[in-house]
Amino acid sequence: MIKRPFFSLGKPKLKYPVNDTEEQDVIRVTPIPGRVTFFLEDPYERNEGLLIKPGDKIKTGQKLKLTEDDKDYVISSVTGTIAGISQYKGYLGKTYAAISIDTADEEQWDDKFKEGCQKPTLENSLEFLGCLPGDTGFIPILDTHSPLNTIIINGVDKDILVSTNRLIVQTETDNLKTGIEYLREITGAGEIMITVPPELASQAGETGADVKVIEPIYPNTLPEIIMKSILGKTPPADKTWEEAGVGLINAEAVVAFSNAFTKGQIPVSKLLTVINKDHTTVHVRARVGTHVKEILATLDIETHHGDQLVLGGPMTGHALYSEDLPILSDTDAIMANDKDNVVFPSDCHCINCGECVRACPARIPVNMLIRVLENDLYEEAAREYDLLSCIECGLCSYVCTARIPIFHYIMLGKYEFARIETAEESNA
Amino acid sequence: MPDQKLFIGSHAPYWHNGSSISAKSYHTMLAALPAVVLGIWQYGAPALGVLALSVSCAMIWELIMNIAMKRPASIGDGNAAVIGLLFAMLLPATTPWWAVVAGTFVAVVIGKQIFGGIGCNPLNPALVAIAILMLSWKSMLDFNSALVNYEFSFNMVYPLAAIKGFGASAVSDYSTAGLLMGQQPGGIGTTFGLGLIIGGLYLMLRGHIRWEISLSFLASVFVTALLFNLSDPDKYANPVFHLLTGYTLIGAFFLATEDSSSPVNFVPMLLYGALAGILTVLIRNIGAFVDGVVFAILMMNVANPLLDKIRPKAMGKGIKHA
Repeated sequence: MIKRPFFSLGKPKLKYPVNDTEEQDVIRVTPIPGRVTFFLEDPYERNEGLLIKPGDKIKTGQKLKLTEDDKDYVISSVTGTIAGISQYKGYLGKTYAAISIDTADEEQWDDKFKEGCQKPTLENSLEFLGCLPGDTGFIPILDTHSPLNTIIINGVDKDILVSTNRLIVQTETDNLKTGIEYLREITGAGEIMITVPPELASQAGETGADVKVIEPIYPNTLPEIIMKSILGKTPPADKTWEEAGVGLINAEAVVAFSNAFTKGQIPVSKLLTVINKDHTTVHVRARVGTHVKEILATLDIETHHGDQLVLGGPMTGHALYSEDLPILSDTDAIMANDKDNVVFPSDCHCINCGECVRACPARIPVNMLIRVLENDLYEEAAREYDLLSCIECGLCSYVCTARIPIFHYIMLGKYEFARIETAEESNA
Repeated sequence: MPDQKLFIGSHAPYWHNGSSISAKSYHTMLAALPAVVLGIWQYGAPALGVLALSVSCAMIWELIMNIAMKRPASIGDGNAAVIGLLFAMLLPATTPWWAVVAGTFVAVVIGKQIFGGIGCNPLNPALVAIAILMLSWKSMLDFNSALVNYEFSFNMVYPLAAIKGFGASAVSDYSTAGLLMGQQPGGIGTTFGLGLIIGGLYLMLRGHIRWEISLSFLASVFVTALLFNLSDPDKYANPVFHLLTGYTLIGAFFLATEDSSSPVNFVPMLLYGALAGILTVLIRNIGAFVDGVVFAILMMNVANPLLDKIRPKAMGKGIKHA
């Protein structure tokens, strides 16, 4: 854990550790596990009339959809039999169908993609590559009405200690180059940029994209700050990036996109940074849907009852209650946190010290915002105190002297505000 | 499922920079220590008695209010102790025990707890208490009569009272070095200029108080006093004298910077400090009171919510709710 510096006149600076040990480049591989689980977004919480059912045989690379009309799908990363489909409620109340698959001994690849897609086109990418490993927004980039002005390929990682995309830029420069050519071809985007930390600038230059160096200090690496620093404009608080003509995609997804067509197989494994309890990091490659337990077992990381397990990095990740939950296609990191280091929030109220206001990269009056949020005044929070401007960096909670879970309050506020807005729209 | 291995669920972030209210309070008390120690050394056991009684009374009042309001005990955060300590530092060493008990009651109960506890007080609790004492028992806080039985090698006339009564010539024998070293009568913890400056610098560098408030307060005391001094050097003291006497230094580093009653944005902090400094010198030079720090800071505490409306526009703002 990074502590408050002895001298602290300015904002907190959370530097990313430099990749200097040899061990950092080693990628461990988790063997194909006995069971995998996929989360498929399902807003209707359906139980019946599904296309797939327990007992179905599934091949690697096969597309799994709940019904024929659904837009969302997952790509199976293993060969096996569906063991069960249940409902799962995730972050911010999102509902998913959790599809678990027992893996078979022998792997068979589904060849629909190979037969249908020799060359990258917009249609076949939309059809098959909706959940590439490392995906942050591949479909939104393709599925726009007008071509985007700019596509930003993210070679820096959002959260501190995570180095997944950085490793991709470092080790898979050639594939990245091919991926960028394909992207240029099918999207017709005006400009393609790649953001990298300073030490990878020359290497990233080989990819043919416009290199933008991002100083690896949190929160410079958050998408909104990247957009602001390289394009000079901030995304409006209430529009998507694509509406503003900008697309953002992780370097890992671009490599996966290129690999899909050069190898004729939809990529199904994900590179992860695993942050151990002592904050050392290891890289591991695992099939999407592998349970966290198996990954920790591969790396000999022991966890105990009462520890903390986080999908994602220390500032923005999501805590898991059980190690039997899977990694998803957008999971860049797993963090294990010893029970002695777990940060417990307090129910003390704001002491108005102003640390959060100084730390906030979005210039939100957090000291006022937290007061209205504590009193459930969500509309007022959005209207007067810039709730929707929050870019979700977590620095306010990180520096809070009173240890208020400010970030938690903000996310609850955003969720409740969205519910109020939907209710108003349907009543109107 | 008693045997199942479960993990602690909480919201991001999973790290914290380690700061806490208690650490902040203890650092504040540590920073106040040099000035307090000199006060005890100068005034002896009575000063220690006032300090000890004030700190413990403040904590007891806090505990009583916690119990009365059915809230968890909050004396562990050290805030009540800080209020007690700062309050005692403002008092003369001869303050009677009942005044300390009453003063801490005003500070902790009326100044802080009835508004909802830490962070909710609109005014600085220690200043509320000292203001009430000043208005209720005027002679008690008259340092000339309060410290009449003390004999030191230096001039024992309260400098601010002297200048108010007799003009700049009456204070010509106060040297800057002497004032810095505490050679002046005054509150227990307010006379040792150098100690207060060291404590203030420590708090500023460690980030526990905001340099914007302290420095703008001192700068505006200096500038305003300088203007007065230039207009009539016989009547008004020089600016350095104003900086080193009365409650100026303790006000700049320990009182004006109290979190809950001071602004958090950059421009408001500068304005808050600057206006408090101007008011201080105005009250001292043309107002009714000998020292203006208490009422100047209380006045700006009241203006704080309004000042803090001056703030930068948030990112991505101005599209939908414009």
